[in-house]
Amino acid sequence: MSKTITIDGKAIPFTEGQTIMQAATAADVYIPHLCHHPEFTPHGSCKLCTVKVNGRNCSACTFPAAEGQEVLNNTQELNSDRKTITQMLFVEGNHFCPSCEKTGNCQLQAVAYHLNMLDDHFPLFYAHRAMDASHPEVLIDHNRCIFCTLCVRASREHDGKDVFAISGRGINKHLIVNSASGQLKDSALDSGDKAAHICPTGAILIKHTGYQVPIGQRVYDHHQINEVSLASEHPHGE
Amino acid sequence: MTAFLQELAKTYGYQANHLLAILRAVQARYHHIPGSAIEALADLLQLPRSQIIGVIEFYSFFHLQPQGQYQLLISDSITDHMLGKQALISSLAERLQVAIGTVRADGLVSLDNTSCTGLCDQGPAGLINGLPLTQLNCAKLDMIVSLINAQTPLPEWPGELFAISDNIQKTDVLLNQAISTGAALQATFDRGIAATLTEIDRAGLRGRGGAGFKTAMKWRFCSEESATTRYVVCNADEGEPGTFKDRVLLNRYADQVFEGMTVCAAIIGAHQGFLYLRGEYLFLYDPLQAVLQHRREAGLLGNNILGQGIDFDIEICLGAGAYICGEESALIESLEGKMGIPRNRPPYPVTQGYLGKPTVVNNVETFFAAAAVAVQGGDWFASIGTGQSKGSKILSICGDCANPGIYEYPFGTTVQTILDGCGANDVLGVQIGGPSGTFISPQEFQRKLAFEDLATGGSFIIFNTSRNILDIANNFTHFFAHESCGFCTPCRVGTSLLKKQLDKIVDGHGSAGDVAALESLCQLVKNYSHCGLGQTAANPILTTLARYPELYQAKLKKISYEPGFDLDAALATARRMADRHDAAAHLAQIGEDYE
Repeated sequence: MSKTITIDGKAIPFTEGQTIMQAATAADVYIPHLCHHPEFTPHGSCKLCTVKVNGRNCSACTFPAAEGQEVLNNTQELNSDRKTITQMLFVEGNHFCPSCEKTGNCQLQAVAYHLNMLDDHFPLFYAHRAMDASHPEVLIDHNRCIFCTLCVRASREHDGKDVFAISGRGINKHLIVNSASGQLKDSALDSGDKAAHICPTGAILIKHTGYQVPIGQRVYDHHQINEVSLASEHPHGE
Repeated sequence: MTAFLQELAKTYGYQANHLLAILRAVQARYHHIPGSAIEALADLLQLPRSQIIGVIEFYSFFHLQPQGQYQLLISDSITDHMLGKQALISSLAERLQVAIGTVRADGLVSLDNTSCTGLCDQGPAGLINGLPLTQLNCAKLDMIVSLINAQTPLPEWPGELFAISDNIQKTDVLLNQAISTGAALQATFDRGIAATLTEIDRAGLRGRGGAGFKTAMKWRFCSEESATTRYVVCNADEGEPGTFKDRVLLNRYADQVFEGMTVCAAIIGAHQGFLYLRGEYLFLYDPLQAVLQHRREAGLLGNNILGQGIDFDIEICLGAGAYICGEESALIESLEGKMGIPRNRPPYPVTQGYLGKPTVVNNVETFFAAAAVAVQGGDWFASIGTGQSKGSKILSICGDCANPGIYEYPFGTTVQTILDGCGANDVLGVQIGGPSGTFISPQEFQRKLAFEDLATGGSFIIFNTSRNILDIANNFTHFFAHESCGFCTPCRVGTSLLKKQLDKIVDGHGSAGDVAALESLCQLVKNYSHCGLGQTAANPILTTLARYPELYQAKLKKISYEPGFDLDAALATARRMADRHDAAAHLAQIGEDYE
């Protein structure tokens, strides 16, 4: 007999070793997330997937499911705090959706829609961040980096390259490139690499492909991120 | 440089685990980590260069840009401020002709702030090329300025500049008398290893870092793990502003601390231990190495300890300026040569710690007390203290009192007794447990030092009525924003937002609703952060706001909304360009300012 946890009162089966996120995804329950991706080692840093496990806040993407856990996920309190955390990500960087090529395909934007985020709430940081357009095929716009480390993990775990890393401490954290010059063109990145395509925001973009899909016809222009996420992650949600 | 780096890497066995030690050596020699050194080390240690850069940029004591040949850091702890730190650093900047946070053009000297250096009982304090300067005053500044300008080598500087006092003001059961060297190990072997663990259990000893996990339980969990390679780690990264007792324990009672670690090793079956010493305590490194060597020669460390067939040794690893490394899993990451980012838990260190192996991490004072328990037995210890807090607590007392220093009190002692003991009068409040702890007001001075009432890692900062509570909360809030590792969103962004929001109120730009907004932000940072740093970073605001809401409210403007954007300030550049200084070149964004 399989083991179960409950999420918002609904029984969810899980197998030993699964995280709460994995069990939820497999059962078609969406837990908002940005730094989590089913193909890579969980990171647990964005904190959007925070759920209450027996009354205690835990990151669903890293916390192991265990028999009898009562998990709260889709509650007003959690969603309201998730919205605040999303606002934090917006004000920390420079996220101006209308001028971003990723608009409509951006998970940060889509999560914000999903959580009904209508303003930034906090004062913008207007951080000074550079662009790296040195690579012939791939562009980094640091203004939009949210430090989810998906490119870091994809490069290391999938591409076997270690092209990216997060450096610095605290609010000075930034994405760096593993090359002698520090520029992307001198790194081992190839535009076909997983790391070049994994960015949930518009921080890493493939050149020469901009606006091929018109605004208004993009993924999140027509679908909520919960539908998209479950549809795409479920098959891998092992 | 190539030969130097090759030799260095060889000394450390080309092990990436030793990256911090290697970078410390490079930093000390070249006053920064040159790009060519990063390239060479990436090759020698088989590490991505980006990982090395990540480590350099994480720790405050590593720099990608050259620092001065004389690198002068002044402690920014609240107690240093209370002793006139701000005037001192301004005077230094002026007389050395170097702006704070920069290097002088000739490269001779750099000046900056640094987080608490663990010398709050003898501040204002600082560090020169990593070595502590204490009780700074005008006369000492004169001396320092001329020594630097004359380029006098540090070893020739007068010893009085570096004099450190232990300031042990009150001793009790533990500090009265150190155990004799080897006594705890002998007692452990005589009684039996399992029976000694039972004694530690019976003693009711709980971790002295502040969280208070039962020591015997932690050791037992670790010993029951299936992996047979296990480690003992002593957390000597006391970075909580206002605490310095570990410095004194390691200076005066190092043998007993190492003995506690060795008893733990015997119990859990570890062969290797580490003392993670905060970078600010560099001056203790050589004396501690000498103690270790002496213990090896006495058969108390190394192979076949006391002829009992137990092998164990201890290595000292220095930190490099990061408060977060006091968090046990961040400390382990740092020991492994990485950025000090707290791990996801579970698994806990007792299951998967250093290099993924079962690891016990305890505070200096915990090992110190465990050694005494091993000698004297559990009942002796359990007879002291309160129901849930056995034994005594060693406090670092500083701030506004006649006799700052180290005090040992049995658990259960009231705050009032402690204040009377150190000569504190006219007290406004006490910060117990450092910035991450609690600010208590005089109405609460009958509260007790105990895990069940006022838990503390040992920091006890006293403020008299001449002090400003908002300044205190502001200093602490800036500290957390500076020390946040940046891993998780609520702490990385939240601590910076707390800083901005509190600054707004303290600077008099707050309006109705700003205090409520501050409080809800505090709750979010507290409830959603990844580790103890973020979970406690809002405490300075929350604990003072709960007690003195009127102080916050009094700072607010009498208007319903104050824009975060300062229109007049934003026009400053335009005015400068147009050379306009007349009243009409200033625009008020709200009526009140010009009424």
